Amino acid sequence: MKINVKRYSNETSPKEDFIDYEVNLESPTLLEALHEIKTTQDATLTYSSGCRSSVCGSCAVRVNGREVLACAYKVKDGDRVEHLGNVEVIRDLVVNMDKALECNATSKAWLSQKNPNAKLSIADEKINEIQSDCILCGSCYSVCPVYAVNDAFKGPFALTRVWKYVSDKRELDAQEKIDTIQSNGIWDCTLCNECTVVCPQGISSKADIEKLRMKSASFGYGDPNFANMDFGGGLSF
Amino acid sequence: MQSDVLVVGAGGAGLVAALFAHKNGAKVTILTKDYPTRSQTCMAQGGINAVLAHAKDDSVESHIQDTLKSAHGLSSEDAVEKLCKDAPEAIEFLDSIGVQFSRTKDDEIAQRRLGGASGDRACYAQDYTGLKILHTLYDRVLKQGIQILSDRYLLEILRDESGEVVGGVSVLNKRNGELEEYSASSVILATGGYAKIYDAHSTNATSSTGDGIAVAFRAGVRLSDMEFVQFHPTALKSSSILISESARGAGGHLLNSKGERFVNELLPRDEVARAMDDEMKKGEEIFLDIRHLGEKFIDEELPQERKLAKLYEGIDPVKDLLPIKPVAHYTMGGIEVDAHSSTNLKGLYAVGECANHKVHGANRLGGNSLLELIVFGRQAGEYATQYASASEKRVCKRTTNILESIQEFTSEKNFYEKRAFLGDLFYENVGIKKDKKRLLSTLESIYEIHKDLPKMAPKDRSKIYNTNLIEFLEFTNMLELSKIILLSALEREESRGAHFREDFSEQNDALYKLHTLIYKVENGHNLEFGS
Repeated sequence: MKINVKRYSNETSPKEDFIDYEVNLESPTLLEALHEIKTTQDATLTYSSGCRSSVCGSCAVRVNGREVLACAYKVKDGDRVEHLGNVEVIRDLVVNMDKALECNATSKAWLSQKNPNAKLSIADEKINEIQSDCILCGSCYSVCPVYAVNDAFKGPFALTRVWKYVSDKRELDAQEKIDTIQSNGIWDCTLCNECTVVCPQGISSKADIEKLRMKSASFGYGDPNFANMDFGGGLSF
Repeated sequence: MQSDVLVVGAGGAGLVAALFAHKNGAKVTILTKDYPTRSQTCMAQGGINAVLAHAKDDSVESHIQDTLKSAHGLSSEDAVEKLCKDAPEAIEFLDSIGVQFSRTKDDEIAQRRLGGASGDRACYAQDYTGLKILHTLYDRVLKQGIQILSDRYLLEILRDESGEVVGGVSVLNKRNGELEEYSASSVILATGGYAKIYDAHSTNATSSTGDGIAVAFRAGVRLSDMEFVQFHPTALKSSSILISESARGAGGHLLNSKGERFVNELLPRDEVARAMDDEMKKGEEIFLDIRHLGEKFIDEELPQERKLAKLYEGIDPVKDLLPIKPVAHYTMGGIEVDAHSSTNLKGLYAVGECANHKVHGANRLGGNSLLELIVFGRQAGEYATQYASASEKRVCKRTTNILESIQEFTSEKNFYEKRAFLGDLFYENVGIKKDKKRLLSTLESIYEIHKDLPKMAPKDRSKIYNTNLIEFLEFTNMLELSKIILLSALEREESRGAHFREDFSEQNDALYKLHTLIYKVENGHNLEFGS
């Protein structure tokens, strides 16, 4: 089968190019196909990989415009493979994750203060079980239309992580995180749900953001967009 | 750049070491060849052993005894005692930073049984134990503001003029191809194991290439027990993807082609793997049968396994038998450390799979490696800080530059072919069972490949994110360690735990209840047995 891979290098001119590769493997994952190309045809093809089992988050790319993990995607004839979007490309399919990862720190996505008396039940464990399945692959940042236009936006995986800790009974100080995510955070999301659609772990950052909005209300915060809205006098009571 | 403590590697061991060095007041920098959450630790599924206060029918003493038994006389009783006694505190630490452990209906941390354990003592977080521990540690590192520099590949451990004191490391910055030097009063290696030598026959991630161990060896650091490589009984046959031990712990059966069970599935990994090997030599295929556990149970307890079996084998384990084989999974040997996690090079510490803390001995128990990361990660962080605060800054120099040497190499041969060949050769000859003849012939092949290295240069000459170059450097490290494994395996003329010699099938305590030590000397190496 033939697969079409976007190459990128700031050392070449032009910087971008789409190259066709012929792969003769039976029903390979995309990662197996890339590995075959690199080890037998073109040693310069550059991509990231790790565990092969969808837990390390290294191999997220876009196929035909959709974010997938290369190790979990069965490649098809004619597939077009390219790097993630909304991120600095280092080379070919390898991107620089530093900026997206920094969002975890700027969102204070950690347990701020442990409640020494908290005892978790099975129900408590289930509240944020799926949020703690996140592998930081970056697919959600790649597809996020808000992050695309505002790179100060804290973004999907960081906000999911904040919800993970805010919803944890062991957290004594949710306030710090709630305060932190008010600007360039939960109210900037358009709730388009694209992050949910592409997440390989079935996490919905959109839903987590909605939960954080409700939680914020209990801390006295409201939707700043709503407060600034001009109703044009049509709603005079 | 100057730090007090430099941590190389950002898996579980590295992050714990960094956290405790920081807690003790050190200025810490973490260097990793990838990103922190992409390390091997994320793949651990089964659990982390600890006898907790609420445990019924289990005791710390049993944990110690099980660990010692599985180690086949090759562990340090003091180290094992520390590991097991500190285990409850390790779980408490992880719970305190927010690890999402599974719970019982009595609101306690849930525990399950793994191979070789006399009690249900593996704490777990659904079937993502390693992933959740690793990510929570990472969040904690961010909270403490510890600096992490990603995409730095370790090249050399820098020493002072005497050659006996560490002063930092040199790394290749993958993003721009530049060689960088980082200096520090103490360095902690947490660079992982070397099971990827077995290439297609290993459960490990691509990066488990033993870099830190090979680099340490070149700097004169002593390695020990390198011939002890654990084979995990249940990897998917065509892809070597791991099926967690919890599948057997929960009652999964191993069957041969006739549909017969042939071994007690809950024996330690070395014994199960050998029983499988015997069957395979008789021409049998081996299958894992978890159908009787039921769809509900499989979806709740083993969801990853079901997904991966469908993806890689096209088989749904709820309905069908899973074809499996034993493959290289964990390397017990590594950098020789003392009771302070310190190596023989002053200021150099090691922890995690790259180190040999002598708790696993000849065969590691499931659930003890995540535990080791926490208990000894803390120890390494604390002692490295103590050392750093009492030591003076050293002026260190690079002694070699492998990047320059490669410039002279040609690319007539494809090292990727040799890498796959090495994996096949090791699986065949340095695997579950070994003998002198095959070890010697493998050693011969390794020397041949080594001789040809100057003809195997990476074809990619770019400075930007050259993974072809990185993989070549990893290959040279694996070749170096292959030699060491073979030399060690040849000298140990007995069978013990994961090291099984067909020509010496008995354990020989009179001669070999000792650790295999190997270190570099001028024009070669020294190999000796010591306690």
